Amino acid sequence: MKRRQFIQAAGAGVVLASTVGCATVSGSAKPQVVVVGGGYGGATAAKYIRMWSGGAVDVTLIEPNPKFISCPLSNLVLGGSRMLADLTMGYDDLTRKHGIRLLQDAVKFIDASQRTVLLASGATLKYDRLIVSPGVDFIWDQLPGMQREGAQDSVLHAWKAGPQTLALRAQLQAMPDGGVFAMTIPPAPYRCPPGPYERASQIAFYFSQAKPRSKVLILDANEDVVSKGPLFKRIWKERYKDIIEYRPGFNTADVDARTRTAMSEIGDQVKADVLNVIPPQRAGAIAVQSGLANANGRWCAVDFLTFESTAVKNIHVLGDAIMTAPLMPKSAHMANQHAKVCAAAVVDLLAGRTPEARPMLTNTCYSFVCDKDVIHVASVHAYDADKKTLLVVPGSGGVSAGPSALEGEYAMNWARNIWADTLS
Amino acid sequence: MQMKATIPVLLALVSAAAAADVPQIPPGARLAATCVACHGTNGATQGNTLPALAGQPRQTLSDSLRAFKTGLRQSTIMTQIARGYTDEQLEQLAAYFSAQKK
Repeated sequence: MKRRQFIQAAGAGVVLASTVGCATVSGSAKPQVVVVGGGYGGATAAKYIRMWSGGAVDVTLIEPNPKFISCPLSNLVLGGSRMLADLTMGYDDLTRKHGIRLLQDAVKFIDASQRTVLLASGATLKYDRLIVSPGVDFIWDQLPGMQREGAQDSVLHAWKAGPQTLALRAQLQAMPDGGVFAMTIPPAPYRCPPGPYERASQIAFYFSQAKPRSKVLILDANEDVVSKGPLFKRIWKERYKDIIEYRPGFNTADVDARTRTAMSEIGDQVKADVLNVIPPQRAGAIAVQSGLANANGRWCAVDFLTFESTAVKNIHVLGDAIMTAPLMPKSAHMANQHAKVCAAAVVDLLAGRTPEARPMLTNTCYSFVCDKDVIHVASVHAYDADKKTLLVVPGSGGVSAGPSALEGEYAMNWARNIWADTLS
Repeated sequence: MQMKATIPVLLALVSAAAAADVPQIPPGARLAATCVACHGTNGATQGNTLPALAGQPRQTLSDSLRAFKTGLRQSTIMTQIARGYTDEQLEQLAAYFSAQKK
């Protein structure tokens, strides 16, 4: 009797595996990790779990997009000095070199009590540990006008690199000289703190070359530039004085997409020829639906020793979706670093070992202020056992003295190396 | 009833057996992983601009890292990064990367 049940249970495992195209029969004996989201966090975690477990842990990576498109450097596409194709890469090496099972699919439902993931294709995956790295989604209901039909097709965010990046570039190219480009920035925290200011610089650079009578108007919900503030403001004064206008404290409450008008919460209205709305953000939808977003319903609180959710056992959350530690930006570099702390902890936990007691991580963010010159911000973070969080190591970190082409070289090589570290 | 009782036991056995097969993460690998978003996985650096770390002599790496930390060696970013690590950690990094294949 027991024997037959054993066979049935084992058989069920094989059927389950075969529905998702698993070729290895022995796979069912190894611990199973499922990673949701193949961005800078998820892809890196998948690779490092395979590397650090010596292949002893099976890893399945679920990503709906056929290719990886980098958000870092995507502002250069708007500025005209890079093509989106330069920032687009395949996932093939993760399978070929690291034996990761890659499924081009989306997650519909996470059943934490059964430790299963239901995919849009209908397949169900069982996991011992689940890693959720879903990035951000937009809180559209804070901008009622953006929910009208067609509004999101004409007023773009371009805050996830891809078709929107190309479409916003096309709008800028079609804009006549003498026009106004306006960009709204949501209250922090949002993905990529210096990103909006880099974007303003890139578009000002494009205008200075191609449409010198045009304006860049920055409508910032925050009271001051959120990242690298003194540097950006100095550069705008020195290089783009007649192009960029910075308006802090403009908290966008609504948008009229037909007239390309942004409205502030105190009733100020700004009409633009090209309006770019960076909406307020929260953790990706699957994290919110799965009860992981336990910080104000927006972000996912984690144990920084393991990146395990504080809301749901055996589920880890990485990248922009987490409730960050003090002075920790929502950046690609940070997601890469979360991924490695998490990967090491997951391997240790699956092996029955205690994870590292004082994990560390670094951050570097490079911003292009024209086609060549770059400024950076950097920091080093270490776990503080008393405060149970990651804190900046005193004395570490800082910003550039000023923009330079040397840092432009470093930035491009940073990109090459982090892409390889993530994908190959 | 019996089946419900059997499956958790079975899973527990599988997990225990699998756990024994998961090797230790090499010493220094976690710390070194903080460097390699810029310097390439295990220090196998892409491109010719950022210094390749894998397979460099241990003393060279150690001297460079300390010189960055003290500011003796000028840099845009490395002084700011090196100051986040203790001298012992810099030695661990030098040992790890010097032992990696070029």
